[in-house]
Amino acid sequence: MTAIATARTQASEAMDLPLDKIDVSRAELFERNVEGEYFRRLRSEDPVHYCAESAYGPYWSITKYKDIMAVDTNHQVFSSEAGLGGIIIEDGIQKSSAEGAIDLPNFIAMDPPRHDEQRKAVSPIVAPANLAKLEGTIRERICRTLDGLPVGEEFDWVPAVSIELTTQMLATLFDFPFEERSKLTRWSDVATAEPGSGIVDSWEQRTSEIMECAATFQGLWNERMKNPGMDLVSMLAHSPATRDMTPQNYLGNVLLLIVGGNDTTRNSMTGGVLALDRNPKEREKLYANPGLINNMVSEIIRWQTPLAHMRRTAIAEAEVGGKTIRKGDKVVMWYISGNRDDEVIERPDDFVIDRPRARQHLSFGFGVHRCVGNRLAEMQLKTLWEEVMKRFSRIEVMEEPVRVRSNFVRGYASMPVKLHAL
Amino acid sequence: MTKVNYIEASGKVHAVDAEAGISAMEAAVKNAVPGIDGDCGGAAACATCHVYVDDAWIGRTGPAQEGLEKSMLEFAEDVRETSRLACQITLVDSLDGLVLRLPEKQH
Repeated sequence: MTAIATARTQASEAMDLPLDKIDVSRAELFERNVEGEYFRRLRSEDPVHYCAESAYGPYWSITKYKDIMAVDTNHQVFSSEAGLGGIIIEDGIQKSSAEGAIDLPNFIAMDPPRHDEQRKAVSPIVAPANLAKLEGTIRERICRTLDGLPVGEEFDWVPAVSIELTTQMLATLFDFPFEERSKLTRWSDVATAEPGSGIVDSWEQRTSEIMECAATFQGLWNERMKNPGMDLVSMLAHSPATRDMTPQNYLGNVLLLIVGGNDTTRNSMTGGVLALDRNPKEREKLYANPGLINNMVSEIIRWQTPLAHMRRTAIAEAEVGGKTIRKGDKVVMWYISGNRDDEVIERPDDFVIDRPRARQHLSFGFGVHRCVGNRLAEMQLKTLWEEVMKRFSRIEVMEEPVRVRSNFVRGYASMPVKLHAL
Repeated sequence: MTKVNYIEASGKVHAVDAEAGISAMEAAVKNAVPGIDGDCGGAAACATCHVYVDDAWIGRTGPAQEGLEKSMLEFAEDVRETSRLACQITLVDSLDGLVLRLPEKQH
């Protein structure tokens, strides 16, 4: 099928359904990369949309940039508390199993003031002064990884570069045994997986792997209690706000930091390669003016939107975009849709590396839960592209990438590429 | 017009003539003052326009407001009593000559 014919089929698939039958939470829409047409329709016909029946129960979809901003900045009404369902559309996944859940509290799924206290315990690791210290290590590793890649032959960019670099970064932040770092990637995948996703086969398997993660990190905690360093485990073990946490709360925060630093930057690393290869004029602009890298990094993060949504639960009645949301309702802010809202972003479907105000995107969220690692993510991406441009004239995408079947992580399982030398 | 002096951590001064009524964040972004990002567009929701109001001016701007501005400043770097989010300072006539100092980097 030609690209135009495919686009037509996608548009009609989204247009043919009655509005009240639209359910944008279906993970297969994201896997097939057709979610965009559904969101386009919701933004134009019913921007605050109620879906009465879904695999996750009834929920509201917030699809316009300004409405998302209004919900995200109103934590007094729109709660993140795990006990109410937490921050993703699926209530159960933040626990550990369908039955007999082990509860893993973490600060993203808390409201102020507890959220603020625990978040502040770890935020110094990504503060400007510490980032400056990390920059040399990040660059050295990126260089080593890129120098080890084959030029002129096809290989999968996802494990070779995106997963490898983000995993190395995580190992550094936790001061985790470097040779065992692939465990971190595995635990990140397991933490957001349901049985049947291809990652774990059963809830029992998931629980047992999470328990292995817990035991490993308990060991690191005990060690860093005695010999603290400048790593996340030491910070959690010594900060007054977190040193008396329950083991479950500790594990919850560890998993939050692993997932937050892994799935997100990983997919922006892959997404940037895809976006530049599909837009050769933008690639020409970049090579003609490398000073555009910083702006391009923001545009990549907007274009990719590696986390498609965040969820809240209304704890009071509220009006959003003219609709009344009742106490107890599940509210899903679709960042991927707000980042394509032409009322705020001009030509939002296009990838434009010198876009004005490129930093004004929703991918990091806004308000008290705004991504704590955003500057680190930007630095990793900036350094990656600086070093790519010193080595390669083009990273050619050889086939359509395989996308992840998830309505939360908007990412890639694999993407075959070929490097062209300078 | 309201005159605002933005002083970088290095001491470099950017003197800006701003339309009265816009925010100190907007005035900085419009005039390409480095070090003020304003990612959220002025909703006090990202803390990338953190500034220190000069001691001589804090009485007139007032301290950070209760609510989102204070909450977001919790997560900024090196927060002091004179810390504000520039997007929450409206440049009214009485602030003509305002002096704002920039942190070394925005978190």
